[in-house]
Amino acid sequence: MTARTASLWQFRQPSVIPGFGLALGVTLSWLILIILIPLSGLAWRSSALGWPTFWALATDQRTVNALRISFGTAFAAALVNVVFGVILAWVLVRYRFPGKRVIDAMVDLPFALPTAVAGIALTTLYAPNGWIGSLLAPLGIKIAFTPIGIVFALIFVGLPFVVRTVQPIMEEIDKEVEEAAATLGANRFQTIRRVLLPGLAPAVLTGFALAFARGVGEYGSVIFIAGNLPYISEIAPLLIVIRLEEFNYPAATAIAAVMLVISFAMLLIINTIQAWSRRRYGYGA
Amino acid sequence: MAHDAASHGGTGNTELVRVATSEHRLARYGLIGLALCFVGLFLVLPLAAVFTEAMRNGPGEFFTVLSDPETFSAIRLTLIVAGIAVPLNLVFGIAAAWAIAKFEFKGKAFLTTLIDLPFSVSPVISGMVFILLFGSHSLIGPWLQSHGIQILFAVPGIVLATVFVTFPFVARELIPLMQEQGTSDEEAALSLGASGWQTFWYVTLPNIKWGLLYGVLLCNARAMGEFGAVSVVSGHIRGLTNTMPLQVEILYNEYNFVAAFAVATLLALLALVTLVLKSLLEMKYSEQIAASRRH
Amino acid sequence: MEVRVQNIRKEFSRFPALNDVSLDIRSGELIALLGPSGSGKTTLLRLIAGLESPTEGTVYFGNEDASRKTVQQRNIGFVFQHYALFRHMTVLDNVSFGLTIRPAGRRPSKADIRKRALELLDLVQLSGLEKRYPAQLSGGQRQRVALARAMAVEPNVLLLDEPFGALDAQVRKELRRWLREIHDRTGHTTVFVTHDQDEALELADRVVVMSKGKIEQIGTPDEIYDTPNSPFVFGFIGQSNILPVRVENGQLWLDDRSIGVSATGEADGPAQLYFRPHDIELLDGCGGCIAGIVTVTRRVAGTRHVELDIGATHSKVEIELPPEKVTSDHSRIAFRPTRWKLFRN
Ligand SMILES: Nc1ncnc2c1ncn2[C@@H]1O[C@H](COP(=O)(O)OP(=O)(O)O)[C@@H](O)[C@H]1O
Ligand SMILES: [Mg+2]
Repeated sequence: MTARTASLWQFRQPSVIPGFGLALGVTLSWLILIILIPLSGLAWRSSALGWPTFWALATDQRTVNALRISFGTAFAAALVNVVFGVILAWVLVRYRFPGKRVIDAMVDLPFALPTAVAGIALTTLYAPNGWIGSLLAPLGIKIAFTPIGIVFALIFVGLPFVVRTVQPIMEEIDKEVEEAAATLGANRFQTIRRVLLPGLAPAVLTGFALAFARGVGEYGSVIFIAGNLPYISEIAPLLIVIRLEEFNYPAATAIAAVMLVISFAMLLIINTIQAWSRRRYGYGA
Repeated sequence: MAHDAASHGGTGNTELVRVATSEHRLARYGLIGLALCFVGLFLVLPLAAVFTEAMRNGPGEFFTVLSDPETFSAIRLTLIVAGIAVPLNLVFGIAAAWAIAKFEFKGKAFLTTLIDLPFSVSPVISGMVFILLFGSHSLIGPWLQSHGIQILFAVPGIVLATVFVTFPFVARELIPLMQEQGTSDEEAALSLGASGWQTFWYVTLPNIKWGLLYGVLLCNARAMGEFGAVSVVSGHIRGLTNTMPLQVEILYNEYNFVAAFAVATLLALLALVTLVLKSLLEMKYSEQIAASRRH
Repeated sequence: MEVRVQNIRKEFSRFPALNDVSLDIRSGELIALLGPSGSGKTTLLRLIAGLESPTEGTVYFGNEDASRKTVQQRNIGFVFQHYALFRHMTVLDNVSFGLTIRPAGRRPSKADIRKRALELLDLVQLSGLEKRYPAQLSGGQRQRVALARAMAVEPNVLLLDEPFGALDAQVRKELRRWLREIHDRTGHTTVFVTHDQDEALELADRVVVMSKGKIEQIGTPDEIYDTPNSPFVFGFIGQSNILPVRVENGQLWLDDRSIGVSATGEADGPAQLYFRPHDIELLDGCGGCIAGIVTVTRRVAGTRHVELDIGATHSKVEIELPPEKVTSDHSRIAFRPTRWKLFRN
């Protein structure tokens, strides 16, 4: 009886493989030291502010604007990336053309290129006197030093998230499903719109969420191109940095807490949708 | 590509058949064109801009900038930071993957989520948490100060922030890979009398080495290139606490564009080398690299 | 609808998967393409569907040349081995798909589509499951959804590629009978591919035996089983024994002994004698018989299988005996084939 209860409540299943204690010990210590203690410090600091102070800091107009800009531009960039990321993944999976290998490898550039480098490079391109900016300036289109510039930087940063999430799922598409649609009379457009894209939806959603989450927190590639005008093109991470430099830790803490809560809530929602999709359709991403 | 015209080796009316699983020729060309334009505009052009701007005043000035002592110290600091952060996370990654992939225990899924946590935290916040922890307003700040231990605005703080940011890279590459490989190889080795360390060294490690290298590669790229987190804790002391990305920022903000892009060129080269190695690994050892290709 | 395949050749990068294949499929019949893996069955089916295009040759639907039509225009129903259901659609939406995507002019009303889909689900005995998703169904249920989906468009011809290939033996057997019933009720011209001879012989009106990209024989199950016209068909369908014999003066000889079987009209010379294990008679003495030493006996359901070692060449032969006939190892048995066929190289 006792043995049975013990096995019911057993922490881990028995195994002949050694090293569980050591491996888990190292993992947990490192996790607690590097991640959990610092993050809980942030949680503790923000709760120490007290609700009225926190609310006042979080609803400060400059903060609200900065959060709005960060989330808004990240959302717009993630949307653009969904469209072009899916097209890019499709082209890479389905078509053959010269230079495909290189393009495929280039997609990971934003993962590998330091964000500060990306930031100054994009600024050079899109500033009014830059390579592309100077072409657009006569048309009255301004990209750098406006929120559009932020969106452009976040498109750069987020692209691989969408492509790399969608691409493997596309590779696994069963060709017979497309053929089944065709035998039932669906033309190519109908097959793509009604059969293929809905099947990709969970992966696209995941890619969107990853790109969005990354965009909200992005700093290095944005600050050069954004112009950083308070209330207009100042992102939340930059406002945190400014508050830290002013030694205004409560304000910085409040902004950080709001960003983290919203980001985690987003991820939670996405995970829930994924789990639901897997239960219902038997697939997620 | 199973869907390409060439695989229908027949000389028959292949265009009629292709409508089943492929797009019209024009749509194909259109999509390829669109994708190429997008990649060109957002990926290739920025990269080209880095190199072009660095060489704007000729290679002479380029090399003068690179031989500047400040640049040199930034390179040195970057190498030191990556040299500490990457091995630490390598050890952690192997330990975490061993515990998670080879054993079944309660709370495993939660632990995996925690390991991924740094991916969803803004780099700026990643740096900021250490300011809150070690700053003069914090609990241990005054104690550290009185004992003359400098963490913030010094190398330890930069290392800590970098470790935080690159924390999941190796682990998340290894976990799916080792889960896929299961435990039978290890069990076989143990049953033949190998010790735990021997099993790891002679059985597990050879199985995961390419995946491990892949994770280290990505971890290193991020460690050397991290900007936001490091920027918050570094204090921007010239010649002392500036890593290469920070040096780029300082030079750029001083309108010293050629110098900024010259340093950026080094980082861009690092990125290109990373990409080439990454592609090579994916091409040659795709089965030995975990399925998860996102970061 | 009647479907005619005429002198079809299909190459995959020079490799001929089908070589000069011709086949007339009669309206309303249930015809099986039977052959070992790689014999070109799927390729033939996909050519009829329009999922592949022939290197040479023509496919006619009725009197119309279908080769100029895309798969969408041919209006066929195709059932894939691995179901190929749309995972994100309910069972009902899967079945309705072919109707809902029709251009407005030819599309039935929403209510009619729903009614038709529900009727079909009733026909395939899946009533009540219309709101489920494919992931929530068993393999057999999925394949029935796939069949209902294919039938919803009132196809000219129904093409099934190893429809039960991915299911376990029990479900296979059930679905086999059930497919025959559905066919008898709906009367669709149906071509189904299988590598399982029991399935083909039990289910089909006619069986097309294929091998290496060619049609070996077309006939009713009885014809295929009782009068195979090639060594391949004889060997592929059912069990068979092969003995090297000689024809001399209208008599068959094994080694130096006549086996008491006359082959009048056959030219003299060496030949291969094919016969089935159960097409034999036991003999007591041996004046004109095949005699062998028992090496193994096995009881298989209602019969006793006996393996014999025959003659100087030690050829192996298996015969079926009634179970009450007990034989011991190393004992001698004499028999003579009652139904057989001679093939020459
Ligand atoms: N798309 C293709 N490309 C190249 N060869 C193919 C293709 N499809 C089939 N084949 C070849 O054609 C032959 C017949 O294949 P198939 O019709 O699938 O046989 P079956 O369905 O009888 O098993 C096989 O040798 C197969 O390898
Ligand atoms: Mg087949």
